[in-house]
Amino acid sequence: MPKPPDAQRLLEVQDARMAYGAEGKGPLVLDGVNVAIEEGEIVSLLGRSGSGKSSLLRIIAGLLKPTSGRAIWQGQPVTGPYPGVAMVFQSFALFPWLTVEENVELGLEAQRVPAAERERRASEAIELIGLGGFERAYPKELSGGMRQRVGFARALVVHPELLLMDEPFSALDVLTAETMRTDLIDLWIEGKLPIRSVLMVTHNIEEAVLMSDRILILSSNPGRIIAEIKIALPHPRNRDDPRFRQQVDEIYGRMTARSPGDRADSRTGGSFPGVGVGMALPPVSTNELAGLMETLSASSDGKADLPALAEELNFEVDDLFPIAETLQLLRFAEVAQGDIQLTAAGRRFAESDLEDRKRLFAEHLVAYVPLAALIKRVLDERPNHRARAARFSEELEDFMSEDYAEDTLKAVIAWCRFAELFDYDEAEQTFSLEPA
Amino acid sequence: MSEPVLRRAHPALRAPFNIWDLVALALIVGVFIVISHGARETVAPLKSLGLTPISLDPWRLPEYALRTSMRMIAAMAASLAFALGYATLAAKSRHAELVLVPLLDILQSVPVLGFLSFTVTGFMALAPGNVLGVEFASIFAVFTAQAWNMAFSFYQSLKTLPADLDEAARAFGLTPWQKFWRLEAPYGAPALIWNMMMSMAGGWFFVTASEALTVGNTSVTLPGVGAYIAAANEKQDFAGVAWAILAMAVTIVIFDQLVFRPLVAWAEKFHMELTASSDPPQSWMLDMLRRTRLMARVGRPLGTAARWVASLRLAGGPLLRPPALSRRGERTIDIVWLAAVIGLAALAGEQIFGFVSKELSWADLVHAVALACLTLIRVVVLIGLAALVWTPVGVWIGLRPKWAERVQPVAQFLAAFPVNLLYGAVVSVIVAFHLSPDVFLSPLMVLGTQWYILFNVVAGASAYPTDLKQAAASFGVKGWLWWRHVMGPGILPYFVTGALTASGGAWNAAIVSEVASWGAHHLRAAGLGAYIADATAAGDYPRIVLGVAVMSMFVVALNRTVWRPLYRLAERRYRFA
Repeated sequence: MPKPPDAQRLLEVQDARMAYGAEGKGPLVLDGVNVAIEEGEIVSLLGRSGSGKSSLLRIIAGLLKPTSGRAIWQGQPVTGPYPGVAMVFQSFALFPWLTVEENVELGLEAQRVPAAERERRASEAIELIGLGGFERAYPKELSGGMRQRVGFARALVVHPELLLMDEPFSALDVLTAETMRTDLIDLWIEGKLPIRSVLMVTHNIEEAVLMSDRILILSSNPGRIIAEIKIALPHPRNRDDPRFRQQVDEIYGRMTARSPGDRADSRTGGSFPGVGVGMALPPVSTNELAGLMETLSASSDGKADLPALAEELNFEVDDLFPIAETLQLLRFAEVAQGDIQLTAAGRRFAESDLEDRKRLFAEHLVAYVPLAALIKRVLDERPNHRARAARFSEELEDFMSEDYAEDTLKAVIAWCRFAELFDYDEAEQTFSLEPA
Repeated sequence: MSEPVLRRAHPALRAPFNIWDLVALALIVGVFIVISHGARETVAPLKSLGLTPISLDPWRLPEYALRTSMRMIAAMAASLAFALGYATLAAKSRHAELVLVPLLDILQSVPVLGFLSFTVTGFMALAPGNVLGVEFASIFAVFTAQAWNMAFSFYQSLKTLPADLDEAARAFGLTPWQKFWRLEAPYGAPALIWNMMMSMAGGWFFVTASEALTVGNTSVTLPGVGAYIAAANEKQDFAGVAWAILAMAVTIVIFDQLVFRPLVAWAEKFHMELTASSDPPQSWMLDMLRRTRLMARVGRPLGTAARWVASLRLAGGPLLRPPALSRRGERTIDIVWLAAVIGLAALAGEQIFGFVSKELSWADLVHAVALACLTLIRVVVLIGLAALVWTPVGVWIGLRPKWAERVQPVAQFLAAFPVNLLYGAVVSVIVAFHLSPDVFLSPLMVLGTQWYILFNVVAGASAYPTDLKQAAASFGVKGWLWWRHVMGPGILPYFVTGALTASGGAWNAAIVSEVASWGAHHLRAAGLGAYIADATAAGDYPRIVLGVAVMSMFVVALNRTVWRPLYRLAERRYRFA
């Protein structure tokens, strides 16, 4: 559906701020976000996990109330779910006890649409989305791709003006996902979809460039819109087109760009939220860290282009970025403008044997990961050299949510076990210094 | 069919322990006292109702079995309605949850027959001079054996609704009423039905116990299999007992085949897994119903009607959909609510204190606790023995799928078996050989409940991952090492679930099994069960209250100090992800 000249504004988000925890005093997820969706466009919200993009989508859908700010739908403030939008879920969210047809009719039934019309509209949507013949099947009988088609049919059948999609293709295999993307774009171009605009949440840069007219890039922790990029390439878009590659590279650069001032303070992790002991760490394994350092050291300058690296390793941004940034935190690598560069220490690590690697890793942990240093210090100071995990998880929860605190502690435990800095007894949930 | 045993872990293992448990305990005991006060006033004129005496003619048994079954069905319907309502309220209202959940936890630790002692007189007072009151009491006894478990199960389901389905339901604009029928009820159905089936076993036990009952000077006999058993016991009629066993067996099998198998097979479609189960439960009855044209003709309009009702845009009541309040308003309501609950609990506490100080002395409490310790020893020893016997047997069976398939229904059937059917045999042996009733009446306590250990262990062993079994075999792991590192940890979560259920059941059964009568022989073992049974027979309400309260506290304490930590450990360490 090409954009009409007098495009009307469908939706607006004004200064949305979202904080979790009691009375919105917890960590910030979204901060000062402004979004406008016009008629006739496909917009992507691109960001990594922790950028609050899914929260933003739910605020727009009326499923979540922002801590402050508001969403406005065609001039009316959003207070709860409303008929103008319909959502496609990452996990499909199909009711396993309803058939394809019954799942599709769910929204219509909720609105008490008469049975005859319900059936007519449902079979239209089912045909359109390529599910003809599967009406009486249960979701468990379908493949992942077919299930998500049901998800699309269920959303389209209510004739929403704005279709909301929450990472709709990320639970599908590569081939299926690509087919579904092209099918959807074809239907959109041919004007066959009973909708006026699409808003999609994704962490997949290429997917965003392939499908959208406009991309909004969200930063992480807290989520802020850091860039807006218009994609003017004509459909169908070709991933090998140099202009396409250039767009992808540009976005990679923006997503790894550091704001000035990040670098100066040695206590911050740069890309990780929080400072000092309260820094939230990603669950990255030491195998992944070692693997990436080895891969980088294979090239003569110890440097690589992140998009190319991601393609080579078959990683998505959400897989690659946390590893790269952990290396950066540990001063084993530098990440900037879409490139990653091994430091001297990183190169030394890659070239050492296991014993030396452990020693080097331990030094960097104590020097650059404040939480690891704190645990080590507490254990050193105590006469019995033991400390309960709760001692640290409680401290972490002052800075972050329980889930993040758990992930952070887990990450540090895994890293320190590798470095043989200290030991952790899972049954007793206690840290102890390794017997010398 | 083997899997769900564990997934629906016993509810006693889940609730948090806090101050609210005390509040709940005070409220429940307080209510008992109030009821017993009222009961004493009204009970006097209700001497043995001129009921037709129970005939021992076996040809009357089908009719008796039917009467007993009707009571079961009525109780099931009541439990279902209660579970849906109570759980929904507890899950949707934060204020209600604070009180309702600990209340439920304590309620399910109260021995079922304890409820019966209180309620029978109250129900009789509701319909004076009429059998109806007694019928209600009997139905209520079965209700108390099922309702708490079912409510807990549905509450757990509501608290673990898949977030994405919940969002989808809201995003597509379903009202709370529509959401209940489209999402919440279907999601909770498999666990609810499974729980209902499991508590049926207890139900049969209690329905027979409640049909022939004496509370003080009120004797109650309801036509039914239970009354028939009581009559046969009194007349020392072995043939009668044999007929009753047959009638009971046939009834249980009919219920299993015509009600529960179809229900479980039907509820399979509500399971959350998006992959089709390789071995879904089957029911010939359900297949038949689905195939017959008549059913299709009757069923379709019913289905359409149900769908119509489910899609009504009823808004939730004020309780389910609280009006938007300011933070301050919410806090005020919190405080008012808290004050009300604590006030009520204090009132109940005062009531208890007044009652206890008037009617009972410290010596009574010490006496009851001492007797509880005796019963505790019995429970511990017997569950230990049962575990020693049935764990190896269960593992042996569980590792042989063909056997497991056949044993599961038999064990469930045995668990439903009313213990009073065996009084004749046991009492005869004890009397003939001059044995001590203190020791030899004890096995009656676990007669019914030991099977829970068996079928849970069978389920655990059947679910044991094949690759681990093969790994152990290929490394030559055998004997004690195999039990300690291979099979033991693998079945621990299942075993704990089974043993917990068995121990709870044993406490319950103490009330009917520490006292046994066969004709003129009345045997009595020292214990809290006998204490409650005696107090009930004598209509001594203060001592019933005391006995039931002490027993409840023992059960709660045992759950909290032994079973819950064990279960947590098993869940955390020995669960196959």
